[in-house]
Amino acid sequence: MARYALRRLLIAIPTLLAISFIIFALLDLAPSDPTANLPLTIPPEVREKIRLSLGLGEPFVVRYFKWLEQFMINEPLNVLEQWTGWTIGDSENRLRVLSWATRSPVTDLIVERLPQTLWVVGMSYVIAVLIAVPIGVISAYRQYSLFDQIGTFISMLGFSIPTFFTGLLLIVIFSVWLGWLPSIYDTTHVVRDWDSFVFQVKQMLMPTMVLALANASQISRFMRASMLDNLNQDYVRTARAKGLRERVVVLVHVLRNSLIPVVTVIALGVPTIFGGAIITEQIFRVNGIGQLLIIGIEGADIPLVQTLTFIFAILIVVFNLIADLIYGMLDPRIRYD
Amino acid sequence: MNSAPVLEVQGLKTVFGTRDFAVHAVNDVSFSLREGELLGVVGESGSGKSVTMMSLLRLLPSPPARIESGRVMFEGQDLVRLDDASLREVRGRGIGFVFQDPMTSLNPVFTVGFQLMEPLRTHLGFDRKAARRRAAELLALVGIPSPEARLDDYPHQFSGGMRQRVMIAIALACNPKVLIADEPTTALDVTIQAQILELVKDLRHKLGMAVVWITHDLGVVAGIADRVMVMYGGQVVESAGVDALYENPTHPYTRALMATLPSLDGTRRDRLMTIAGQPPLLTAPPAACPFAPRCAHVHDRCRMANPPLIEVAPGHAAACWLAAPGEGVQNGV
Ligand SMILES: Nc1ncnc2c1ncn2[C@@H]1O[C@H](COP(=O)(O)OP(=O)(O)OP(=O)(O)O)[C@@H](O)[C@H]1O
Ligand SMILES: [Mg+2]
Repeated sequence: MARYALRRLLIAIPTLLAISFIIFALLDLAPSDPTANLPLTIPPEVREKIRLSLGLGEPFVVRYFKWLEQFMINEPLNVLEQWTGWTIGDSENRLRVLSWATRSPVTDLIVERLPQTLWVVGMSYVIAVLIAVPIGVISAYRQYSLFDQIGTFISMLGFSIPTFFTGLLLIVIFSVWLGWLPSIYDTTHVVRDWDSFVFQVKQMLMPTMVLALANASQISRFMRASMLDNLNQDYVRTARAKGLRERVVVLVHVLRNSLIPVVTVIALGVPTIFGGAIITEQIFRVNGIGQLLIIGIEGADIPLVQTLTFIFAILIVVFNLIADLIYGMLDPRIRYD
Repeated sequence: MNSAPVLEVQGLKTVFGTRDFAVHAVNDVSFSLREGELLGVVGESGSGKSVTMMSLLRLLPSPPARIESGRVMFEGQDLVRLDDASLREVRGRGIGFVFQDPMTSLNPVFTVGFQLMEPLRTHLGFDRKAARRRAAELLALVGIPSPEARLDDYPHQFSGGMRQRVMIAIALACNPKVLIADEPTTALDVTIQAQILELVKDLRHKLGMAVVWITHDLGVVAGIADRVMVMYGGQVVESAGVDALYENPTHPYTRALMATLPSLDGTRRDRLMTIAGQPPLLTAPPAACPFAPRCAHVHDRCRMANPPLIEVAPGHAAACWLAAPGEGVQNGV
């Protein structure tokens, strides 16, 4: 298994290099001008100088490799230095990936935004999994019961209604009409005592629920289908014929088998947490990664967008690998060789 | 063997049904099983052998399956009406079940040892160590080499024959009074089949349990059974001691089955014989003899009423109007 993981990681390197090139090339080809947002009074010569200072005078290939070096070597070194307090080599003059809009290193921007995203989006994913699995199990075990029908109806809603609609709906109901919950997420809020904790919960409630509904709808459907598949298997009858309790039959024998594909689906969904829920963050003004990406796109901040997109790509590749490894751990029939 | 019956089934009826269709899979089946007896159950595919036996322990998915009537007496309790907790005590402990398909009947994600230890821990309250020791003994009992080590293997690491042995070991785990084996050898090749037959014969004497052995092979039954029950269209059509059945098969269906057997010297008569016609559809409770459309000796009465089991000799009964007194079956119809 370790060898398999290592091999997959090695294969991931050329894959990621190819992806990085495509991302870089696509964004580079896109018609955008980093100086377009500057005041019109700035003369063209100055604009040209700004462009040159951003490195745009260099040929495409040179820029690509420089970006690659900055992203793959300089930034990780920098993060390492910040975490450990060491000084590795010439850290003063090391070139970092700089945002065109803010002139600050892209990594710093991301690190600043990540906690909000992880809290809101990550929490919503955890909640989604925690409610989706039991719902899927019960729906399948009591197929066509009232519980199942209601579950099916709600997950159909969660599945088909986009988050910008449910988000706005919740804001209208709970912020505008009832005034119970804040409609804007206050990032500067610090949890100090019970009251501030309650406020934190309140402001997280709506964005978390909107995302949890969407995710739970999907996962509970997978769970239900997988349970139904397994409930009809012969081994379930064997388990019953042994005189096991129904609880053991369902929660040990059937659930264990049903979780195999569902865990994969859950693992594959994790990168979307880091990607941030772009729309939901936008609606609730959570200044997380998703919102950062939108700002980057609107401001033609190519380095920022390149870096973020590439980080998403890495996460997707990594979690694909993790999903495969978990699959192998859960299913003894899978052999890695 | 004239001891008391351990299992007594009376008038069992099982229906698969939704609003739009019904399959009357078991129609008024009665039989009893004595202590230590080996009852062979034969009949072609779809005759209701598996459904009958699964009904006994209420193992059929419900819905669609429904036991409409009947009694299944085991240790003074009617299993049809027993509460779930007491039924669980019977399942796996009083009655062991070996299912038809060994490839899918074991849970693929648990080790064989885990699955074998489960009934021991549930019913007999064994702790981990004791259960493990007993599980290894059981694997040895069914003839699996290096049982201790194989406990930690998963079902996919076993061959079909080995998995069937594991299934038998699971069924035997709690020393049940009755073992129901549903075609435990059909999926296996001939040598393994013979080994498993020997194994069950052997274990039966060692453990003194009664066995119900389902098969569609009369040849297999001849070798091991004390008594044989022939099923057709969800009914018992003939029931007799094994010698009586082979010497004097009475129901035309039994005779037709016998005719499909290879003769004693090993060559088949003519070509491979099959019984002409289709098995009945069972979409309604039978109003006539289910075998009538395929029967060579059919007459009007067969199409008007379904014959009950009629005793032709002590311990030998057939559900055929020809066996009724005055119909002249003994004169060799
Ligand atoms: N789940 C089900 N739903 C509807 N009908 C069923 C179901 N299971 C079995 N039947 C029907 O019950 C009848 C008896 O089936 P059963 O499995 O008992 O046959 P069998 O004698 O065991 O045959 P085989 O030798 O092939 O195992 C068949 O007509 C079959 O179509
Ligand atoms: Mg069968």
